[in-house]
Amino acid sequence: MSARAVQLEIPAGAEFVALARLVVSAMASAETQLSDDRVDDLKIAVSEACTNAIEAHDALETDERVLVECRADESLLEVRIEDRGSGFDVSNLPEHPPVTDPERLKFERGLGIPLIRALVDEVEFSSSDEGTAVRIVMRHDDAIDGYSG
Amino acid sequence: MDLGLDVTERDGYTVLAVRGEVDVYTAPRFRERLIELVSEGKHRIVVDLEGVDFLDSTGLGVLVGGLKRLRSHDGDLLLVCTQSRILKVFEITGLTKVFSIFDTVDAAVGS
Repeated sequence: MSARAVQLEIPAGAEFVALARLVVSAMASAETQLSDDRVDDLKIAVSEACTNAIEAHDALETDERVLVECRADESLLEVRIEDRGSGFDVSNLPEHPPVTDPERLKFERGLGIPLIRALVDEVEFSSSDEGTAVRIVMRHDDAIDGYSG
Repeated sequence: MDLGLDVTERDGYTVLAVRGEVDVYTAPRFRERLIELVSEGKHRIVVDLEGVDFLDSTGLGVLVGGLKRLRSHDGDLLLVCTQSRILKVFEITGLTKVFSIFDTVDAAVGS
């Protein structure tokens, strides 16, 4: 199978995050052997990354679009989400108190990046004051199982 | 994108049944409905997530905010959820230790 790719530019509006999820999950279902559970995991990761991108544009009040690229080949599915926000330091995210601490309820946000990290096979964040790119990789289930076909 | 928010009363609890996808677009309506219920004096709330097709961290944030608000009124917020894809986000984030999660509304209101 040769690489297949789709590219989508979405306006920085909350209503378009569902479109990004739909396109990526359709690509994953059509072009890979990812199980339904792993496609569900990918949808959450894409939703989190697109939400962060849109909020970054919102903070700058920019009309620039968010880029979503999805590429599949014989071994993996790669999704890249790029924004033109002001960036963030991924190594310096605020830590939440333990879940057993009543103070934990003061934190309604900040769960998106931990979710992405837990749900996908690989994730890379490249961020500067000119924007952020998130690269998400899901390896095909047979590649993870060591099945060579 | 449609978000259903149906409210019923059951054995002293207010049951908020959520249907559809909960993300950054729909979460504000979910948050507003929860805040309305608390403002109306409904301090024992069951959120039924069985009709939810998708939920990300913005949905979790609404539930955490709702629980915080209710506890400040000596109330509680219970969840109903059996879907593994939804439960997974609670497990990853450790929120299964924060929320009481039941298989059915009957089990929640009988707890």
